[in-house]
Amino acid sequence: MSETMNLTLKVWRQAGPDAPGEFRSYPAVANEHMSFLEMLDVVNEGLTEQGDDPIAFDHDCREGICGTCSLMINGTPHGPKRAVTTCQLHMRSFKDGDEILIEPWRANAFPVVRDLVVDRAAFDRIIQAGGFISAPTGSSPDGNAIQIPKDDAERSMDAAACIGCGACVAACPNASAMLFTAAKVAHLGLLPQGQPERERRVLSMVHAMDEEGFGGCTNFGECQEACPKEISIDNIALLNRDFVRATLGDRESGVRRTAVM
Amino acid sequence: MNRVFALWQTAVGKKVAMAVSGILLVAFLISHMASNVLVFTAPEKLDAYAEWLRGFGPLLWVARAGLLALVGIHIAAAWQLTRMARAARPKGYARLEHQVSSYAARTMRYGGVLILVFIVFHILHYTTGDFHPDFVPGEVGRNLVVGMQVKWTAAFYAISMIAIGAHFYHGIWSVFQTLGLNHPSWNRSRVTLTLGLTLVVAGGFLSIPLAALFGLLR
Repeated sequence: MSETMNLTLKVWRQAGPDAPGEFRSYPAVANEHMSFLEMLDVVNEGLTEQGDDPIAFDHDCREGICGTCSLMINGTPHGPKRAVTTCQLHMRSFKDGDEILIEPWRANAFPVVRDLVVDRAAFDRIIQAGGFISAPTGSSPDGNAIQIPKDDAERSMDAAACIGCGACVAACPNASAMLFTAAKVAHLGLLPQGQPERERRVLSMVHAMDEEGFGGCTNFGECQEACPKEISIDNIALLNRDFVRATLGDRESGVRRTAVM
Repeated sequence: MNRVFALWQTAVGKKVAMAVSGILLVAFLISHMASNVLVFTAPEKLDAYAEWLRGFGPLLWVARAGLLALVGIHIAAAWQLTRMARAARPKGYARLEHQVSSYAARTMRYGGVLILVFIVFHILHYTTGDFHPDFVPGEVGRNLVVGMQVKWTAAFYAISMIAIGAHFYHGIWSVFQTLGLNHPSWNRSRVTLTLGLTLVVAGGFLSIPLAALFGLLR
Protein backbone atom coordinates (compact mmCIF):
# COMPACT_ATOMS: atom_id res chain seq x y z
CA MET A 1 0.00 0.00 0.00
CA SER A 2 1.29 3.40 -0.84
CA GLU A 3 1.03 6.16 1.67
CA THR A 4 -1.72 8.71 1.27
CA MET A 5 -0.68 12.30 1.63
CA ASN A 6 -2.77 15.30 2.49
CA LEU A 7 -1.67 18.50 0.84
CA THR A 8 -2.77 22.10 0.65
CA LEU A 9 -2.59 23.69 -2.79
CA LYS A 10 -2.40 27.43 -3.25
CA VAL A 11 -3.42 27.91 -6.85
CA TRP A 12 -3.55 31.01 -9.05
CA ARG A 13 -7.12 31.43 -10.30
CA GLN A 14 -7.89 33.92 -13.05
CA ALA A 15 -11.16 33.83 -14.99
CA GLY A 16 -9.78 35.32 -18.20
CA PRO A 17 -6.95 37.28 -19.79
CA ASP A 18 -8.11 40.63 -18.42
CA ALA A 19 -9.71 39.41 -15.19
CA PRO A 20 -7.90 40.07 -11.93
CA GLY A 21 -6.42 36.90 -10.48
CA GLU A 22 -5.86 35.63 -6.95
CA PHE A 23 -4.51 32.65 -5.05
CA ARG A 24 -7.06 30.21 -3.65
CA SER A 25 -6.42 27.30 -1.33
CA TYR A 26 -7.61 23.76 -2.02
CA PRO A 27 -7.08 20.59 -0.03
CA ALA A 28 -5.68 17.70 -2.08
CA VAL A 29 -5.30 14.03 -1.35
CA ALA A 30 -2.64 12.15 -3.30
CA ASN A 31 -0.55 9.02 -3.24
CA GLU A 32 3.12 8.95 -4.12
CA HIS A 33 2.64 7.18 -7.46
CA MET A 34 0.47 9.90 -8.95
CA SER A 35 1.96 12.39 -11.34
CA PHE A 36 1.53 16.03 -10.42
CA LEU A 37 -1.10 16.44 -13.14
CA GLU A 38 -3.01 13.36 -11.94
CA MET A 39 -3.09 14.91 -8.49
CA LEU A 40 -4.62 18.04 -10.09
CA ASP A 41 -7.07 15.84 -12.06
CA VAL A 42 -8.37 14.44 -8.78
CA VAL A 43 -8.73 17.93 -7.31
CA ASN A 44 -10.60 18.99 -10.45
CA GLU A 45 -12.98 16.01 -10.23
CA GLY A 46 -13.86 17.11 -6.72
CA LEU A 47 -14.36 20.72 -7.84
CA THR A 48 -16.57 19.61 -10.74
CA GLU A 49 -18.73 17.46 -8.45
CA GLN A 50 -19.17 20.45 -6.13
CA GLY A 51 -20.24 22.52 -9.12
CA ASP A 52 -17.10 24.70 -9.06
CA ASP A 53 -14.94 25.55 -12.05
CA PRO A 54 -12.05 23.11 -12.39
CA ILE A 55 -8.52 24.55 -12.35
CA ALA A 56 -7.43 25.13 -15.95
CA PHE A 57 -3.91 23.87 -16.75
CA ASP A 58 -2.11 22.90 -19.95
CA HIS A 59 -1.33 19.27 -20.68
CA ASP A 60 -1.18 16.95 -23.64
CA CYS A 61 1.11 13.95 -24.04
CA ARG A 62 1.85 13.48 -20.34
CA GLU A 63 5.04 11.67 -21.20
CA GLY A 64 7.45 14.60 -21.11
CA ILE A 65 7.96 15.20 -24.81
CA CYS A 66 5.29 17.58 -26.09
CA GLY A 67 6.12 20.74 -24.16
CA THR A 68 2.51 21.56 -23.35
CA CYS A 69 2.51 21.28 -19.58
CA SER A 70 3.93 24.12 -17.55
CA LEU A 71 3.32 25.35 -13.96
CA MET A 72 5.52 27.23 -11.56
CA ILE A 73 5.58 24.89 -8.56
CA ASN A 74 6.91 26.38 -5.32
CA GLY A 75 8.87 28.96 -7.29
CA THR A 76 10.47 26.53 -9.74
CA PRO A 77 9.30 25.77 -13.29
CA HIS A 78 8.12 22.14 -13.56
CA GLY A 79 8.70 21.70 -9.83
CA PRO A 80 11.61 20.59 -7.69
CA LYS A 81 13.09 17.77 -9.78
CA ARG A 82 15.83 18.34 -12.34
CA ALA A 83 15.28 17.62 -16.03
CA VAL A 84 11.63 16.71 -15.59
CA THR A 85 8.42 18.19 -16.95
CA THR A 86 5.43 18.72 -14.65
CA CYS A 87 3.63 15.72 -16.16
CA GLN A 88 6.60 13.49 -15.27
CA LEU A 89 6.92 14.92 -11.78
CA HIS A 90 5.55 12.44 -9.25
CA MET A 91 4.00 13.10 -5.89
CA ARG A 92 6.79 11.12 -4.19
CA SER A 93 8.74 14.37 -4.57
CA PHE A 94 6.42 15.84 -1.93
CA LYS A 95 5.48 14.76 1.56
CA ASP A 96 2.37 14.62 3.68
CA GLY A 97 1.29 18.03 4.96
CA ASP A 98 3.12 20.05 2.30
CA GLU A 99 1.72 23.32 1.04
CA ILE A 100 2.28 23.68 -2.69
CA LEU A 101 2.19 27.04 -4.45
CA ILE A 102 1.16 26.80 -8.10
CA GLU A 103 1.47 29.76 -10.48
CA PRO A 104 1.35 30.23 -14.24
CA TRP A 105 4.49 31.21 -16.24
CA ARG A 106 4.80 34.96 -15.82
CA ALA A 107 5.97 36.96 -18.83
CA ASN A 108 4.48 39.77 -20.83
CA ALA A 109 4.93 37.66 -23.96
CA PHE A 110 3.01 34.75 -22.34
CA PRO A 111 -0.37 36.28 -21.41
CA VAL A 112 -2.53 34.25 -19.03
CA VAL A 113 -5.50 32.73 -20.84
CA ARG A 114 -7.14 31.29 -17.74
CA ASP A 115 -5.89 30.12 -14.34
CA LEU A 116 -2.59 28.35 -15.05
CA VAL A 117 -2.89 28.35 -18.85
CA VAL A 118 -0.69 30.83 -20.73
CA ASP A 119 -0.54 31.62 -24.44
CA ARG A 120 2.88 30.61 -25.76
CA ALA A 121 2.19 31.54 -29.40
CA ALA A 122 5.12 33.98 -29.16
CA PHE A 123 7.39 30.92 -29.42
CA ASP A 124 5.57 29.77 -32.57
CA ARG A 125 6.12 33.19 -34.14
CA ILE A 126 9.84 33.05 -33.34
CA ILE A 127 10.03 29.62 -34.99
CA GLN A 128 8.09 30.88 -38.01
CA ALA A 129 10.49 33.80 -38.33
CA GLY A 130 13.27 31.23 -38.72
CA GLY A 131 11.84 30.28 -42.11
CA PHE A 132 12.93 27.29 -44.15
CA ILE A 133 16.03 25.24 -44.82
CA SER A 134 17.08 24.32 -48.34
CA ALA A 135 16.74 20.56 -48.07
CA PRO A 136 16.03 18.50 -51.16
CA THR A 137 12.64 16.82 -51.03
CA GLY A 138 11.21 14.13 -53.26
CA SER A 139 13.38 11.07 -53.75
CA SER A 140 15.21 10.00 -50.63
CA PRO A 141 18.88 11.06 -50.60
CA ASP A 142 21.70 8.54 -50.58
CA GLY A 143 22.67 7.50 -47.09
CA ASN A 144 25.69 9.41 -45.76
CA ALA A 145 25.75 11.66 -48.84
CA ILE A 146 26.23 14.56 -46.41
CA GLN A 147 29.00 13.95 -43.91
CA ILE A 148 28.34 15.30 -40.43
CA PRO A 149 30.98 15.08 -37.69
CA LYS A 150 29.63 13.10 -34.76
CA ASP A 151 30.19 15.92 -32.28
CA ASP A 152 28.21 18.34 -34.44
CA ALA A 153 25.39 15.85 -34.84
CA GLU A 154 25.22 15.33 -31.09
CA ARG A 155 25.33 19.01 -30.22
CA SER A 156 22.62 19.63 -32.78
CA MET A 157 20.49 16.82 -31.36
CA ASP A 158 20.98 18.17 -27.84
CA ALA A 159 19.67 21.56 -28.99
CA ALA A 160 16.84 19.95 -30.94
CA ALA A 161 15.65 18.29 -27.72
CA CYS A 162 13.98 21.62 -26.82
CA ILE A 163 10.24 21.04 -26.49
CA GLY A 164 9.36 24.74 -26.35
CA CYS A 165 7.65 24.53 -22.96
CA GLY A 166 8.79 28.01 -21.88
CA ALA A 167 10.39 26.98 -18.57
CA CYS A 168 13.48 28.99 -19.58
CA VAL A 169 11.43 32.17 -19.88
CA ALA A 170 9.57 31.35 -16.67
CA ALA A 171 12.78 30.84 -14.68
CA CYS A 172 14.66 33.82 -16.11
CA PRO A 173 14.61 36.91 -13.86
CA ASN A 174 14.49 38.96 -17.09
CA ALA A 175 11.81 36.76 -18.75
CA SER A 176 14.26 36.29 -21.61
CA ALA A 177 13.65 33.76 -24.39
CA MET A 178 17.32 33.43 -25.26
CA LEU A 179 17.68 29.74 -24.37
CA PHE A 180 14.67 28.75 -26.46
CA THR A 181 15.71 30.86 -29.45
CA ALA A 182 19.33 29.75 -29.11
CA ALA A 183 18.30 26.09 -29.11
CA LYS A 184 16.28 26.59 -32.28
CA VAL A 185 19.07 28.57 -33.97
CA ALA A 186 21.73 26.03 -32.92
CA HIS A 187 19.99 22.85 -33.94
CA LEU A 188 19.92 23.94 -37.59
CA GLY A 189 23.01 26.14 -37.51
CA LEU A 190 25.24 23.27 -36.41
CA LEU A 191 24.30 21.07 -39.36
CA PRO A 192 25.43 21.35 -43.01
CA GLN A 193 21.78 21.42 -44.12
CA GLY A 194 21.26 24.58 -42.10
CA GLN A 195 24.16 26.57 -43.55
CA PRO A 196 22.60 28.35 -46.59
CA GLU A 197 20.10 30.25 -44.44
CA ARG A 198 22.19 30.36 -41.27
CA GLU A 199 22.69 34.15 -41.15
CA ARG A 200 19.21 35.06 -42.33
CA ARG A 201 17.69 32.67 -39.79
CA VAL A 202 19.52 34.03 -36.75
CA LEU A 203 18.75 37.63 -37.75
CA SER A 204 15.03 36.99 -38.23
CA MET A 205 14.63 34.90 -35.09
CA VAL A 206 16.43 37.33 -32.80
CA HIS A 207 14.41 40.25 -34.15
CA ALA A 208 11.20 38.27 -33.73
CA MET A 209 12.22 37.47 -30.15
CA ASP A 210 12.75 41.18 -29.38
CA GLU A 211 9.43 42.12 -30.98
CA GLU A 212 7.56 39.69 -28.74
CA GLY A 213 8.77 41.68 -25.73
CA PHE A 214 11.03 39.14 -24.03
CA GLY A 215 13.81 40.53 -21.85
CA GLY A 216 17.55 40.37 -22.53
CA CYS A 217 19.96 37.71 -21.32
CA THR A 218 22.13 38.54 -18.31
CA ASN A 219 23.82 35.14 -18.08
CA PHE A 220 22.22 34.09 -14.80
CA GLY A 221 22.07 30.46 -15.93
CA GLU A 222 18.64 29.91 -14.34
CA CYS A 223 17.17 28.79 -17.70
CA GLN A 224 19.65 25.93 -18.11
CA GLU A 225 18.82 24.72 -14.61
CA ALA A 226 15.06 24.91 -15.20
CA CYS A 227 15.07 23.29 -18.64
CA PRO A 228 13.44 19.85 -18.55
CA LYS A 229 15.58 18.88 -21.54
CA GLU A 230 18.82 20.26 -20.06
CA ILE A 231 19.52 22.58 -23.01
CA SER A 232 22.93 24.17 -22.45
CA ILE A 233 23.58 27.91 -22.33
CA ASP A 234 26.48 27.14 -24.67
CA ASN A 235 23.79 27.50 -27.32
CA ILE A 236 23.29 31.12 -26.21
CA ALA A 237 26.98 31.83 -26.78
CA LEU A 238 26.63 30.31 -30.24
CA LEU A 239 23.56 32.45 -30.97
CA ASN A 240 25.39 35.59 -29.82
CA ARG A 241 28.35 34.79 -32.05
CA ASP A 242 26.18 34.01 -35.08
CA PHE A 243 24.03 37.08 -34.53
CA VAL A 244 26.94 39.51 -34.23
CA ARG A 245 28.61 38.02 -37.28
CA ALA A 246 25.38 38.12 -39.28
CA THR A 247 24.57 41.70 -38.27
CA LEU A 248 28.01 43.19 -38.83
CA GLY A 249 28.56 41.19 -42.00
CA ASP A 250 24.98 41.27 -43.28
CA ARG A 251 25.26 40.42 -46.97
CA GLU A 252 21.65 41.07 -47.81
CA SER A 253 21.44 44.74 -46.97
CA GLY A 254 25.12 45.40 -47.58
CA VAL A 255 26.81 47.40 -50.31
CA ARG A 256 27.08 45.33 -53.47
CA ARG A 257 29.76 47.40 -55.17
CA THR A 258 32.88 48.50 -53.41
CA ALA A 259 33.58 52.20 -53.79
CA VAL A 260 36.96 53.00 -55.34
CA MET A 261 39.00 55.68 -53.67
CA MET B 1 28.40 52.35 -38.91
CA ASN B 2 24.81 51.50 -39.88
CA ARG B 3 25.53 47.92 -38.98
CA VAL B 4 26.87 48.81 -35.56
CA PHE B 5 23.71 50.83 -35.00
CA ALA B 6 21.60 47.89 -36.21
CA LEU B 7 23.38 45.71 -33.65
CA TRP B 8 22.76 48.27 -30.88
CA GLN B 9 19.03 48.18 -31.58
CA THR B 10 18.70 44.58 -30.40
CA ALA B 11 18.93 43.19 -26.87
CA VAL B 12 21.82 40.97 -27.97
CA GLY B 13 23.59 44.03 -29.42
CA LYS B 14 23.21 46.01 -26.20
CA LYS B 15 24.75 43.11 -24.32
CA VAL B 16 27.63 43.10 -26.81
CA ALA B 17 28.07 46.85 -26.16
CA MET B 18 28.15 46.13 -22.41
CA ALA B 19 30.67 43.35 -22.88
CA VAL B 20 33.02 45.34 -25.11
CA SER B 21 32.87 48.53 -23.01
CA GLY B 22 33.16 46.43 -19.85
CA ILE B 23 36.27 44.57 -20.93
CA LEU B 24 37.96 47.80 -22.03
CA LEU B 25 37.17 49.32 -18.63
CA VAL B 26 38.62 46.22 -16.99
CA ALA B 27 41.80 46.79 -19.02
CA PHE B 28 41.95 50.37 -17.71
CA LEU B 29 41.39 49.17 -14.15
CA ILE B 30 44.25 46.68 -14.45
CA SER B 31 46.67 49.53 -15.26
CA HIS B 32 45.03 51.80 -12.66
CA MET B 33 45.41 49.16 -9.95
CA ALA B 34 48.97 48.28 -10.95
CA SER B 35 50.04 51.93 -10.69
CA ASN B 36 48.16 52.58 -7.44
CA VAL B 37 49.77 49.78 -5.47
CA LEU B 38 53.08 51.61 -6.07
CA VAL B 39 52.02 53.55 -2.98
CA PHE B 40 53.17 50.58 -0.90
CA THR B 41 56.73 50.96 -2.17
CA ALA B 42 56.99 54.75 -1.96
CA PRO B 43 54.30 57.44 -2.42
CA GLU B 44 56.73 59.47 -4.57
CA LYS B 45 56.67 56.74 -7.22
CA LEU B 46 53.00 57.57 -7.81
CA ASP B 47 53.95 61.22 -8.35
CA ALA B 48 56.45 60.16 -11.00
CA TYR B 49 53.84 57.94 -12.67
CA ALA B 50 51.32 60.83 -12.67
CA GLU B 51 53.98 63.11 -14.14
CA TRP B 52 54.66 60.57 -16.89
CA LEU B 53 50.92 60.38 -17.67
CA ARG B 54 50.63 64.16 -17.86
CA GLY B 55 53.48 64.09 -20.39
CA PHE B 56 50.99 62.75 -22.94
CA GLY B 57 49.30 66.17 -23.03
CA PRO B 58 46.22 66.24 -25.27
CA LEU B 59 46.34 62.45 -25.65
CA LEU B 60 45.48 62.20 -21.96
CA TRP B 61 42.26 64.05 -22.66
CA VAL B 62 41.52 61.65 -25.52
CA ALA B 63 41.94 58.78 -23.06
CA ARG B 64 39.70 60.50 -20.49
CA ALA B 65 37.01 61.15 -23.09
CA GLY B 66 37.31 57.53 -24.20
CA LEU B 67 36.84 56.25 -20.64
CA LEU B 68 33.87 58.54 -20.13
CA ALA B 69 32.32 57.29 -23.39
CA LEU B 70 32.86 53.67 -22.32
CA VAL B 71 31.17 54.30 -18.98
CA GLY B 72 28.35 56.10 -20.83
CA ILE B 73 27.81 53.22 -23.25
CA HIS B 74 27.93 50.69 -20.41
CA ILE B 75 25.31 52.60 -18.41
CA ALA B 76 23.05 53.36 -21.39
CA ALA B 77 22.96 49.68 -22.36
CA ALA B 78 22.36 48.59 -18.76
CA TRP B 79 19.58 51.14 -18.34
CA GLN B 80 17.77 50.06 -21.51
CA LEU B 81 18.20 46.34 -20.81
CA THR B 82 16.88 46.80 -17.28
CA ARG B 83 13.81 48.59 -18.63
CA MET B 84 13.28 45.81 -21.17
CA ALA B 85 13.57 43.17 -18.46
CA ARG B 86 11.08 44.99 -16.20
CA ALA B 87 8.63 45.34 -19.09
CA ALA B 88 9.06 41.66 -19.97
CA ARG B 89 7.57 40.60 -16.63
CA PRO B 90 5.11 43.26 -15.46
CA LYS B 91 3.50 40.90 -12.95
CA GLY B 92 6.03 39.08 -10.83
CA TYR B 93 5.83 35.71 -9.10
CA ALA B 94 4.56 35.24 -5.58
CA ARG B 95 7.61 32.99 -5.24
CA LEU B 96 10.63 32.57 -7.51
CA GLU B 97 13.44 30.30 -6.34
CA HIS B 98 16.90 31.10 -7.65
CA GLN B 99 18.65 27.83 -8.42
CA VAL B 100 22.09 28.70 -9.69
CA SER B 101 22.45 32.44 -10.27
CA SER B 102 25.08 33.98 -8.02
CA TYR B 103 24.49 36.83 -5.60
CA ALA B 104 26.99 38.79 -7.69
CA ALA B 105 24.91 38.24 -10.83
CA ARG B 106 21.64 39.25 -9.21
CA THR B 107 23.09 42.44 -7.76
CA MET B 108 24.84 43.68 -10.94
CA ARG B 109 22.34 46.52 -11.40
CA TYR B 110 22.54 47.77 -7.81
CA GLY B 111 26.30 47.23 -7.65
CA GLY B 112 26.61 49.19 -10.88
CA VAL B 113 24.80 52.17 -9.35
CA LEU B 114 27.08 52.02 -6.31
CA ILE B 115 30.13 51.93 -8.57
CA LEU B 116 28.84 54.99 -10.47
CA VAL B 117 28.40 56.89 -7.22
CA PHE B 118 31.89 55.77 -6.24
CA ILE B 119 33.44 56.97 -9.53
CA VAL B 120 31.92 60.44 -9.07
CA PHE B 121 33.12 60.58 -5.46
CA HIS B 122 36.56 59.24 -6.42
CA ILE B 123 37.10 61.95 -9.07
CA LEU B 124 35.90 64.68 -6.67
CA HIS B 125 38.13 63.21 -3.98
CA TYR B 126 41.47 62.71 -5.68
CA THR B 127 41.29 64.80 -8.85
CA THR B 128 39.61 68.01 -7.74
CA GLY B 129 40.34 67.59 -4.02
CA ASP B 130 36.81 67.88 -2.63
CA PHE B 131 36.10 65.75 0.46
CA HIS B 132 39.88 65.73 0.98
CA PRO B 133 41.37 67.04 4.25
CA ASP B 134 44.59 68.41 2.73
CA PHE B 135 44.79 68.27 -1.06
CA VAL B 136 48.00 69.42 -2.79
CA PRO B 137 47.84 69.30 -6.62
CA GLY B 138 50.65 67.16 -8.08
CA GLU B 139 51.52 65.32 -4.88
CA VAL B 140 49.55 62.27 -5.91
CA GLY B 141 51.13 59.74 -3.57
CA ARG B 142 50.87 61.95 -0.51
CA ASN B 143 47.27 62.90 -1.40
CA LEU B 144 46.39 59.21 -1.63
CA VAL B 145 47.87 58.40 1.78
CA VAL B 146 46.44 61.48 3.52
CA GLY B 147 42.99 61.04 1.95
CA MET B 148 42.85 57.44 3.17
CA GLN B 149 43.46 58.42 6.79
CA VAL B 150 39.80 59.58 6.99
CA LYS B 151 38.04 56.49 8.36
CA TRP B 152 34.68 56.86 6.60
CA THR B 153 36.41 57.59 3.29
CA ALA B 154 38.58 54.48 3.54
CA ALA B 155 35.54 52.43 4.55
CA PHE B 156 33.57 53.71 1.54
CA TYR B 157 36.51 52.85 -0.74
CA ALA B 158 36.68 49.35 0.74
CA ILE B 159 32.96 48.73 0.27
CA SER B 160 33.10 50.07 -3.29
CA MET B 161 36.06 47.81 -4.12
CA ILE B 162 34.11 44.79 -2.90
CA ALA B 163 31.25 45.90 -5.17
CA ILE B 164 33.68 46.16 -8.07
CA GLY B 165 34.94 42.67 -7.27
CA ALA B 166 31.41 41.30 -7.39
CA HIS B 167 30.79 43.19 -10.63
CA PHE B 168 33.96 41.65 -12.11
CA TYR B 169 33.04 38.17 -10.90
CA HIS B 170 29.85 38.03 -12.94
CA GLY B 171 30.83 40.56 -15.61
CA ILE B 172 34.06 39.05 -16.88
CA TRP B 173 32.62 35.56 -17.19
CA SER B 174 29.60 37.14 -18.87
CA VAL B 175 31.81 38.79 -21.49
CA PHE B 176 32.83 35.39 -22.86
CA GLN B 177 29.25 34.20 -23.01
CA THR B 178 27.92 37.40 -24.60
CA LEU B 179 30.63 37.58 -27.24
CA GLY B 180 30.17 33.88 -27.97
CA LEU B 181 33.69 32.99 -26.83
CA ASN B 182 32.80 29.50 -25.85
CA HIS B 183 34.54 26.21 -26.44
CA PRO B 184 34.45 23.04 -24.34
CA SER B 185 38.23 22.78 -24.37
CA TRP B 186 38.83 26.15 -22.71
CA ASN B 187 35.56 26.96 -20.92
CA ARG B 188 37.27 26.03 -17.67
CA SER B 189 39.89 28.69 -18.35
CA ARG B 190 37.13 31.30 -18.58
CA VAL B 191 36.34 30.66 -14.92
CA THR B 192 40.02 30.69 -13.92
CA LEU B 193 40.67 33.93 -15.78
CA THR B 194 37.56 35.55 -14.24
CA LEU B 195 38.54 34.55 -10.71
CA GLY B 196 42.16 35.54 -11.28
CA LEU B 197 41.31 39.00 -12.63
CA THR B 198 38.72 39.57 -9.91
CA LEU B 199 41.09 38.66 -7.10
CA VAL B 200 44.09 40.51 -8.50
CA VAL B 201 42.36 43.74 -9.58
CA ALA B 202 39.69 44.12 -6.89
CA GLY B 203 42.05 42.66 -4.27
CA GLY B 204 44.83 45.03 -5.32
CA PHE B 205 42.55 48.04 -5.04
CA LEU B 206 41.04 46.80 -1.79
CA SER B 207 44.49 46.42 -0.20
CA ILE B 208 44.92 50.23 -0.15
CA PRO B 209 41.88 51.27 1.96
CA LEU B 210 42.28 48.14 4.12
CA ALA B 211 45.91 48.96 4.81
CA ALA B 212 44.84 52.49 5.73
CA LEU B 213 42.06 51.25 8.03
CA PHE B 214 44.50 48.97 9.83
CA GLY B 215 47.05 51.76 10.19
CA LEU B 216 49.56 50.22 7.79
CA LEU B 217 49.50 53.09 5.29
CA ARG B 218 50.93 56.31 6.67
